Amino acid sequence: MNDKQIAIKSENLVKKFGNFVANDHLTFEVAQGEIFGFLGANGAGKTTAIKILCGISKPTSGNIRVAGFDVYTENEKIKKNIGYMSQRFSLYEELSIWENLRFYGGIYGLSAKTIRERSEAVLKRLGLEDQRNAHVRSLPLGWKQKLAFSVAILHRPGIVFLDEPTGGVDPITRRQFWDLIYEAAADGITVFVTTHYMDEAEYCQRVSIMVDGRIVALDKPTALKNTYSCKSMEEVFLKLAR
Amino acid sequence: MEAFIKKEFFHIFRDVRSMMILFGMPIVQLLVFGFAISTELNNAGIAIYDQSRDPMSKQLVQKIVSSGYFELQQVFSTNAEIEAGFKSGKIKAAIVIGKDFEKHFIQQDGAQIQIIADASDPNTASIISNYLQGITRAFQAEKLPNLKLPVEIKTESRLLYNPEMRSVFMFVPGTIAIILMLVSAMMTSISIAREKETGTMEILLASPLKPWQIILGKVTPYVILSFINAMTIVVVAWLVFEMPIKGSFLLLMGEAILFIVMSLTLGILISTVSPTQQVAMLLSMFALMLPTILLSGFIFPIENMPVVLQGISNIMPSRWFIIIMKSIMVKGSGFMYVWKETLIILGMTVFFGILSIKKFKIRLS
Amino acid sequence: MRTILYILQKEFIQIFRDKFMPRIIFGMPIMQLIVLSFAATFEIKNTDIIFVDDSHSIESAHLISKFEGSAWYTVKATVRNYNEAADMLRKNQAHQILIIPRDFSEDIARGNKASLQIVTDAVDGSAAALRNGYAQAIISGYQKDIIVQKTGLDHFKQPIETSTLFWFNPELNYQTFMVPGILVLLISMMGMFLAGMNIVKEKEIGTIEQINVSPIKKSQFIIGKLLPFWLIAMFELAFGLVLAKLIFNIPMLGSVGLLFLVAGVYMVLILAIGLIISTVSDTQQQAMFIAWFFMVIFILLSGLFTPVESMPEWAQRINYLNPIAWFIKIIRLLMLKGAGFAEIKQIFFILLVYGSLMMTIAVKRYKKRV
Repeated sequence: MNDKQIAIKSENLVKKFGNFVANDHLTFEVAQGEIFGFLGANGAGKTTAIKILCGISKPTSGNIRVAGFDVYTENEKIKKNIGYMSQRFSLYEELSIWENLRFYGGIYGLSAKTIRERSEAVLKRLGLEDQRNAHVRSLPLGWKQKLAFSVAILHRPGIVFLDEPTGGVDPITRRQFWDLIYEAAADGITVFVTTHYMDEAEYCQRVSIMVDGRIVALDKPTALKNTYSCKSMEEVFLKLAR
Repeated sequence: MEAFIKKEFFHIFRDVRSMMILFGMPIVQLLVFGFAISTELNNAGIAIYDQSRDPMSKQLVQKIVSSGYFELQQVFSTNAEIEAGFKSGKIKAAIVIGKDFEKHFIQQDGAQIQIIADASDPNTASIISNYLQGITRAFQAEKLPNLKLPVEIKTESRLLYNPEMRSVFMFVPGTIAIILMLVSAMMTSISIAREKETGTMEILLASPLKPWQIILGKVTPYVILSFINAMTIVVVAWLVFEMPIKGSFLLLMGEAILFIVMSLTLGILISTVSPTQQVAMLLSMFALMLPTILLSGFIFPIENMPVVLQGISNIMPSRWFIIIMKSIMVKGSGFMYVWKETLIILGMTVFFGILSIKKFKIRLS
Repeated sequence: MRTILYILQKEFIQIFRDKFMPRIIFGMPIMQLIVLSFAATFEIKNTDIIFVDDSHSIESAHLISKFEGSAWYTVKATVRNYNEAADMLRKNQAHQILIIPRDFSEDIARGNKASLQIVTDAVDGSAAALRNGYAQAIISGYQKDIIVQKTGLDHFKQPIETSTLFWFNPELNYQTFMVPGILVLLISMMGMFLAGMNIVKEKEIGTIEQINVSPIKKSQFIIGKLLPFWLIAMFELAFGLVLAKLIFNIPMLGSVGLLFLVAGVYMVLILAIGLIISTVSDTQQQAMFIAWFFMVIFILLSGLFTPVESMPEWAQRINYLNPIAWFIKIIRLLMLKGAGFAEIKQIFFILLVYGSLMMTIAVKRYKKRV
């Protein structure tokens, strides 16, 4: 770990809403280029943490740096270096695929030429070349999510945050989605992904498991299975969450 | 079904801000309208150009200024100043007193007074002109008490139902109509459009609930809200503005419920044709709010409108509702006097109801 | 700057792709302008009158014929007793009753004071006042007729002769007064509601997070969001002014350029208020309700329908914060009276300061991070 660059570093991240502690002293590091799984049941506090790391929510306390920048003072700098795909669907339904790509490329300040080139590449990669003018509304959910992911990394960020990216999608499409994630990681993009599908946890290089706002385990999936002597991540999770 | 209505209620009441607006707004509006909206003349800015400056003309000016209707803003000494005065927007009228006022007055051969009114507001201009003429007539009668005309007719005026000509009688029924229309029609249409927009409508439709149950569930909270609002307005109007309820209170509330149900069906109809909340909102605003204010007789009398608009006003439900409420509250009429209007609103309810059911079915299939 | 263009592009596509929005944004206000301008009038063009004639004389017939001859009156009926007439008034079949007593003609013949009674339905107070005035005017015309008849003078002069000139609108055309105001109303409603709902809409569907997580600057985002509405409002104003000229023949005595300058500043203020509403609301329904609340109060206190001077002191003080009241005042001064910059500069600067202040608050309130 030490010889690699650190993409995300969180020390004692705390977030309180009134008396409710959503994130309780989260401490972890994510290395550059790593696929990091952020697991937990619904309501465990994953989305809260991800919003803090993305700079759209303020932490209550803790020492947190993302892409080398401090989340308290340099959150606008962080935003230049990250991509984000939210749990809720984030594309404009009434715009076409092409218009969505152009819009998001535009607000990240890419040049018109870059937008055109990269959008073409995305359409080609997803096999959507013929449907570039189709309204996003008319696409099946799985396509929408693959497109949303491609939009999130259109500006080639160092880190991409994915909040439940495969919610409600069939197993085949999920598999295809993970292929996209591997490709991004191969290009050197750090992937920070939350999920509650435990089979997906196996695809991650390292995972943390959150229960009631606290991280209760953090290691490689194989190591966790050994520690808790389980056959699958599913079992590990059930053991810890109980 | 019950659970569903509860959920809708919870949805509305959970949000304190919405609640405050829903119940606070009607009262605030009623108070603002009641105290502030007045067509009576008060403190209109005037200017005087007195070409005589003799004792008699000064007395007349004194009489005008002390009447309470006018506020002397400027005193002119040339004709050119008059136009500049109007352009500054400070004065509504200029009074020019002709030369040798006193002399002509004593000789009784037509002392001249010219009133120049800013008719860019024609209503105020004619009222100002009438008031000023009234004051000069009174002045004349006071100074020449023995002046006898060959024929004199004394006219006694009686203003029935509203002798003090208080505008509260006009706007309380109007405000009730607006608020009921807003809460019932606008809020329902937006609330249903919202379910469509966020996709939760599909979930509801997929549930074992029948479409009419869904609709009933959605509108019941608004019926109750609107009804509470109607009661509140009537009570506040009665306590604060002494708005009478000469007729039957029960009849009034019955008519209010009928109007609420009518508004709700209208709201449902709007929501069936609106794909998004914005469209529902804009449709309700332009199709309901402005016509309710302007074509219902709330502010502007219907009989003065062009024939085409009088025709259009016939299809404004609020027009009939306002007539009903005025008749019951101010004139104390019973059901016999308002059954026609009631029937019209009932007919509209049925019509909108059938139309929205049809639209709703088409959408489903 | 380029970033703003991308947002503009997206906003315009969203507006014009929608099946309803363009129709509503452009069609509705125009229709409203035309319909409402005809509707909004306080003129009383017709009064239905009932006579209770106990006199049955040549004099009473003469008086009734005076009413029949008036363009403002329709004679509904002549009845024998008052109760019958009062019942018709209650049923809304007539507005006014004129009671001519039994000794009316004798009193006139003997030179006594003759008396008449006018009864008016005063549920609508201001209409009643006008109707009462009309009836009095006809009666005093009748009185003059009789005087001329009796004395043989061909002209009768009062000690004080009062005449009235109506400046700026000699025909007392109500539309001249209303159209500029309604125009202001429509662009204000459009601007405030659209701006009020726009950002909430992105909040509701969740795209706002995607924007917030991008490096876009707050100011860029807000300009990109509001500029389309500003442009639409300006376009509507221009179009409305053309209609006002063509259909209603409303004069435009002042400078068009100056009007647009003021309108430009005014719209910034309106959009800023809309934006503030948007930032404090969680749902479009809420935003709409808040916008509606302020709108109705602004409209009714603005002097569009009823004179501001007639309002109590506190209401006039509220009007210092009422942008619609300021702008209606300016637009009437400019169009109908031909005021120049010197005459409106005070209000112009009020709008300018108010607009900048609200915009600052709006930008401050919109937070990319919560």
